[in-house]
Amino acid sequence: MSKNIKLTSIVLIVLFSFFVLLKGLDKSNTYSPELSTTKIDFNFKAKDLFSDEEIFLDDLIKNDGMSLINIWASWCLPCRDEHAYLLNLKSLYKLNIVGINYKDSEINAKKFLKELGNPYTNIITDPKGINSIELGAFGVPETFLIDNNSKLIIKKFIGPLDDSTFNQLTKLIK
Amino acid sequence: MINQLGNYSLYIALLISIFVISKTSLSLRKSSITLSGNIFSLISVQSIMVIISFLTLIYAFVTSDFSNETVYNNSHTTKPLFYKISGTWGNHEGSLLLWLLVLTIFLFIFTVESKNLSQRYRTLTLFFQQIIIFGFLLFILFTSNPFSNLFPIPNEGTGLNPILQDPALAIHPPILYLGYVGTSIIFSSALAAIISGSINKSWASHIKKWVLVSWVFLSIGILLGSIWAYYELGWGGFWFWDPVENVSLMPWLCLTALLHTIFTLEKRDIFHSWAVILSITTFSLSMSGTFLVRSGILNSIHTFANDPSRGVFILCFLFILIFLSILIYFFYQKTIKENLTKPYLISKETAVLLNNLFMMFFLSVVLIGTVYPIFLEVINNEKISIGPPFYHKLLIPFLIPFLFFMAIGPNIKWINDKIGKINFTQVSIFIISIIVSYFFVKKYGVSYLLSLPLFILSIFLFFITIKDFFGKKVNISQKISHFGFSLLILSILLNGVLSKEFSSNMKVGDERKFLNKTIKFESIKVIKEQNYQSLIGEFNIKDENNSLSLKPELRIYDQPQTITSEADISSTIFSDNFLVFNVLKNDGFYNVRYQIKPFMIWIWISVILISFGGLISLKKKNV
Repeated sequence: MSKNIKLTSIVLIVLFSFFVLLKGLDKSNTYSPELSTTKIDFNFKAKDLFSDEEIFLDDLIKNDGMSLINIWASWCLPCRDEHAYLLNLKSLYKLNIVGINYKDSEINAKKFLKELGNPYTNIITDPKGINSIELGAFGVPETFLIDNNSKLIIKKFIGPLDDSTFNQLTKLIK
Repeated sequence: MINQLGNYSLYIALLISIFVISKTSLSLRKSSITLSGNIFSLISVQSIMVIISFLTLIYAFVTSDFSNETVYNNSHTTKPLFYKISGTWGNHEGSLLLWLLVLTIFLFIFTVESKNLSQRYRTLTLFFQQIIIFGFLLFILFTSNPFSNLFPIPNEGTGLNPILQDPALAIHPPILYLGYVGTSIIFSSALAAIISGSINKSWASHIKKWVLVSWVFLSIGILLGSIWAYYELGWGGFWFWDPVENVSLMPWLCLTALLHTIFTLEKRDIFHSWAVILSITTFSLSMSGTFLVRSGILNSIHTFANDPSRGVFILCFLFILIFLSILIYFFYQKTIKENLTKPYLISKETAVLLNNLFMMFFLSVVLIGTVYPIFLEVINNEKISIGPPFYHKLLIPFLIPFLFFMAIGPNIKWINDKIGKINFTQVSIFIISIIVSYFFVKKYGVSYLLSLPLFILSIFLFFITIKDFFGKKVNISQKISHFGFSLLILSILLNGVLSKEFSSNMKVGDERKFLNKTIKFESIKVIKEQNYQSLIGEFNIKDENNSLSLKPELRIYDQPQTITSEADISSTIFSDNFLVFNVLKNDGFYNVRYQIKPFMIWIWISVILISFGGLISLKKKNV
C-alpha cells in the first residue's frame, strides 16, 4: 500500500513538472521592448535613499522633457554592466534619471554608487519590490523612458542596457 | 555528396539501433540469453557509422562546404582552422552529433570491458543504452539534422559566434559531454542490474570505474567553462550561479554523492537502493541539463536554437526515460537484497551518509534556484531573477558543518569506531585554526557574521587534509581529492574576501589613483587580424616597488559582427591582476575595470587536484 502511494505521488510530481515545462516552452524568453502607451500610476510615496524622506515619484518626473526610470539593485550583476550607460546618459544628455532601488540593502546600494558613480537625480527605495512590480517591472534591471507631461511610457527596456538599446535611447531623447 | 554520406550512415546507425533493441528486449523476460557475436559486431558497425558521420561534418567544416546548412550558419572561410574544427560542435546540430558519438563509443567500450560479467546484465545494459541512442538518433535525424542541404550554394557562411572562439571553450563541450554521457552508462547499468537482481559488491566495483570517469570529466568540463567565463566574459568572476552553470553543477553534486555511495557499497555491501536511485537521478539531471539549455527555456549563450519542436522532443524523451526508470525501480525493487544490518552511529558508513545528505541538500538548493523561476513564470506569470544572494544565504551556513564532517569523516573506521578516543592532533589543529582565523578576520575586518566559523573550519579542513598525507593508510587518491577540495574552499573564501575592484571611465592619457597604485591609460592601437579587428589598450599600473603593464583587447568581429572584450590578466601565485575595458559610444572614453583577485590560480589548481585524485583512483584495482 505505502509503496503504491509512493509510486503515485512520484509519478504525479513528475507529470506535473512535465506539463509545467511543456508550457514553459511556449513562453518566449526573449523580450522585445514594445511601445507601450498604457498610462501608469506614478503617484505613490517612497523613501529617498539618501535623505530618508518620503517623496512622491510623481514629483520627480514633472518638468518638461523626458525622464528615465531605472530599476536596479546592487546584487544584480547586469546592473553593474549597464551602469556605465546610465552615467553617460546623465553626463551627455543631462537626462533626469530616477532610480528605484529594488529589494536591496541601503548600505550595499550606497556602496555600489560610491564605487561606480551615481547617475541618478533621485533614488527611491523599494525594499519589498512591490512598487516596481506595480509599475509593471519583471525584475532588475529594467528601464522606462517616460514623457514627463503625458506620463506615458515611451519605451521599456527589459534587461540591461547595451550598445543597441543605448543608441535607441539617445535617438528617442533628441 | 559528402553530406549524403554522413546522413546515410546515421540512418544505418538508426536501423542497427532498432534491430538491437528488438533483439535485446527478449532478455527482459527470459533470464538465459546469451549475447551473440552478431550483436557485438553490430554495435561496432554502429559506432563506426556515427564516427563516419561525425568526421564528415568536420570535413564539411574544414573545407567550408556551404552546401551544408549547419556549416553555412556557423562557419566562415576566414576563420582559423582550429575554430573551423571546434565550430563542428559549437552549434546545436553538431553538438548533438558529438553527444551521439560519445554515446556510441562509450557503449562500445562498455561491451568490450564487461566481457567477464553476467550475460543478462550486459544484454540489458545494451538494451537501455540503445534506447537512449535510438532517441538521440531520432532527435538528430528528424528535428536537427546536421546534414541539411542548401541550394543554391552560398558563397560565404555567417560565422561562429565570436564569444565561442576561445581555446578553453573549444574543448569545453567535448569534455563536459564525456562526463554527461558517462552517466548514461551508469543509468543503463543500474537499470540492468536491478532487473537481473545483481545490485551487489561486484556490480559496485564494476560501475565504480564509470562513475569515476564521468566524475573526472564532469569536473574538468566545469572547470574549463569557468576558466572561459573568467577570461572571456570580462566580469572578473568564475562562478555566477547562472542557470547554465547550475545545470552542470547539479549532476556533479549527485555524482559526487554516488561516488561515495558506490565505494561504500563495494566495501560494506550496504546502500543498494540508494545507489540505484542516485544513478537514475544523475542521468536524469544530465538530460534535464541538455533540455534546459538546448530548448531555449533558459536564455543563455548555450541556447543555440529556439525551435520549440526540439524542446518538446527532448522534454518528452527525457520524461519517457524518467518514467521508465521509476516503473522499473518500483517493479523490480524486490530483487534488491538490502543488507539490513544497521551501521553504527560512529562509523565511516555514517560519514558517507552525512556526505550524501549534504550533497542532496546542496543539490536541492541549486535545483530550486534554477527551476523555480521557470515554474513561477508558467504558473503565476511572474518574473523573478534568482541571484547569488539566494545561493549564498542557503549554502554557506550548511557549508560549515559540512567542512567539519569532511575533516573528521575520512579518519573514522568502517563498521564501528569509538567516540572516546578523541584525537589529540585533531584538537590541536582545531585550536590552531581558531587562532589563525581570528587574527585573519580581525586584520582584514571581515564583517560577515558567519565568516569566522567558515574560516576556522576551512582552515581546519585544510590542515587536516595536509596532515592526512602523513597518515599510515594508503588511500592516496581520496587524500588528494579531499585536499584539493579544502584548497578550493579556502581559495574561494580568500578570493572573495580580499578581492579589490576599481572602475572608471578613462580616455588615453588619463591617470587614476586606486589604493596605493596609479593606473595610467597609456595608448591604444588598432590591429587587423584574420577575422576581426582588434583595439589594444595599454595600461600601466604602478605602485612604490614595481610597475605592471596590462594590454586588454576589444575585438570587433566581422562575421557575425560582434564586439567581445578580452581581459588581460597577469597571474602570479598570490594574485591575479585583471583589467578589462569597454568602448563607450563617445569622445574616446572607455570604461575601465581593474581588479586584484588573490589566489585565483589556486582555484583552478585545486579543481585539477580534485580530478587528479579521481584519476589515480581509476588506476588502482582496489580502492
